[in-house]
Amino acid sequence: MTILKLAIRNLRGAGIRTWLNAVALSFAFVAIIFGQGMMQGMNKQAEDASVAFEFGGGQYWQKDYDAYDPLTLEDAHAPTPSALESLARAGKAAPILVVAGSIYPHGRIKPVLLKGIDPAQKVVALPTAALADTAEELPLLIGNRTAATTGLEVGDQVTVQWRDADGAFDARDGRVVEIMQTSVSTIDVGQVWMPLARLRELAGMEGEATIVTVAKDERKPPAVEGWSFRGPEFLLSDLRQMVKTKTVGQVIMFTVLFLLAMLAIFDTQVLSVFRRRREIGMLIALGMTRVQVIVMFTLEGALHSILAAVLGMAYGAPLFYSLQRNGFAVPGGDSWGFSLGDKLYPTFTAGLILSTTVLVFLVTAFVAWLPTRKIAKLKPTDALAGRGT
Amino acid sequence: MENGVVVCTDKLVRKFHVGRTELVALKEVSLEFRRGEFAGLVGPSGSGKTTLLNIIGTLDTPTSGSATVLGERVESLSPVRAASLRSRHIGFIFQTFNLLPVYTAYENVEFPLLLLGLSSAERRRKVTDALEWVGLADRAKSRPTQLSGGESQRVAIARAVVKRPELVLADEPTANLDAENSHKILQTMVGLNRDLGTTFIFSTHDEKVIRYLRRKVSLVDGRVAEDRTLEPGEVRSQKLE
Ligand SMILES: Nc1ncnc2c1ncn2[C@@H]1O[C@H](COP(=O)(O)OP(=O)(O)OP(=O)(O)O)[C@@H](O)[C@H]1O
Ligand SMILES: [Mg+2]
Repeated sequence: MTILKLAIRNLRGAGIRTWLNAVALSFAFVAIIFGQGMMQGMNKQAEDASVAFEFGGGQYWQKDYDAYDPLTLEDAHAPTPSALESLARAGKAAPILVVAGSIYPHGRIKPVLLKGIDPAQKVVALPTAALADTAEELPLLIGNRTAATTGLEVGDQVTVQWRDADGAFDARDGRVVEIMQTSVSTIDVGQVWMPLARLRELAGMEGEATIVTVAKDERKPPAVEGWSFRGPEFLLSDLRQMVKTKTVGQVIMFTVLFLLAMLAIFDTQVLSVFRRRREIGMLIALGMTRVQVIVMFTLEGALHSILAAVLGMAYGAPLFYSLQRNGFAVPGGDSWGFSLGDKLYPTFTAGLILSTTVLVFLVTAFVAWLPTRKIAKLKPTDALAGRGT
Repeated sequence: MENGVVVCTDKLVRKFHVGRTELVALKEVSLEFRRGEFAGLVGPSGSGKTTLLNIIGTLDTPTSGSATVLGERVESLSPVRAASLRSRHIGFIFQTFNLLPVYTAYENVEFPLLLLGLSSAERRRKVTDALEWVGLADRAKSRPTQLSGGESQRVAIARAVVKRPELVLADEPTANLDAENSHKILQTMVGLNRDLGTTFIFSTHDEKVIRYLRRKVSLVDGRVAEDRTLEPGEVRSQKLE
């Protein structure tokens, strides 16, 4: 307790240098928490959006379907099993038929996946209601990215072409009835949505589907012959991996920042053990043991992290609070490769802040202790004479 | 500490190795200091004064021979016991760099009491007293850089005596001071020796302070060349008659 008091006195006495170190360390502090919070926020946001728009409570894949291999599509359709059909009728599942095809916006050809979905479904957040069949025309729903790359607008007519069950080409004119704003690019890029019944009819795949997405709250999806169930964990693993790789650069940056701050502390300690060797001799003459002196010096160094935490919280807390509340636009937007939405809402949990503080304190204490090992070998008589270290 | 013997050395030898050469700083020094003494180690530079004080202060150990300080054998004292002995019973005053630089005069004097774990009320009373003894009560808040050399030394004296130690060791406390300040320092120490009964052993090669000594131990080349008890003023005049 006394030694802590002495360490605090020394820090206070060291003045500007203490504050410089503490400020540097507080930047690292805030940056680490910010980075972690951003990563957690990104993860959560991207996952939430993917679950809402695409994955729901999981998907049944027809046994030939492979999301990573478009060539499998030709065979990847089968009549919806009765178990899933009844789930769908109860509003707890949405069968989706996927057929390879092309569209011809403004005379150019663009290969797309044609996806049929029940306009009345409520399983995923797609605005499928807009597809509700009205006239003879084929209603189409596309995402904002596809709209941007094709130049299509609501009301535009576009020719849709596909190969039917027998492999024969067929075409029809469709009309864009809705452009959806979505952060989930995997239901947007290279895809055109239309009513399930129409796609089944056009492709000659009556009663068939490729994917059956189940509702988010559907707890126990039944096992179905010829279809494999992919749970949210499986479906999200790609996304999680992607978030990890995309944020690894930031983790490195924060680590470097932190290391620099640690270097400053280390440097200060080395210098202070050297410069204060007469003082160390005096402290020992006054009756301190070497261990006490080492503890005092180490505490002095480690206390920088407490100061830094206080400083960091002083300007970090309002910053974190407002970021978490209001979010912020992520520069680069879609280039991240996963759905972030217009704004990112980082999540700063008490656990995150606490664990960071403890970690920083421990690392700082360790770094502060390293140079003080010299004190253990220092003879008090040499120290008093200004010799040694 | 039978018979009031505070420090006793017996054939004390301290050798230093500098490169391949061996340097004998103390050669069979046998001395005894009693409670309440006001004694000076006098001798030219390099005669071993600091070396002897360091051993008496348990900061160093003899190469051979023995030193008993306040009943403890220095050569076999563990570092922790030595630290405890110093913090309780021994006060140090050095020639320069005496004060902890970032502390105020008050905090410097308070330091030994913090180590002893005294309550803050007790500390305040003792520090105030000690600063009064050395005539610096009004400079309590000053930092070492704001004090003159003489004032710094007086703060150092206050810090050495604030815990009322058995023994105060002072290594050339006046070496960096002018005559006037030297006299002040010595007068302060003489007063504390008289009023508190503290034993003072200090080293000096400063002629103008020697007249304050009641015992003068002359060291030459690591040996005790002379050990004389003096009565300041009177003794000398008697001798002249
Ligand atoms: N740590 C050391 N290593 C090597 N030699 C030393 C060491 N300490 C002291 N000496 C030598 O021992 C001898 C006595 O030194 P000491 O410091 O005791 O003398 P002193 O009487 O205090 O001199 P001064 O009046 O200059 O302070 C000197 O020759 C000195 O060089
Ligand atoms: Mg000396």
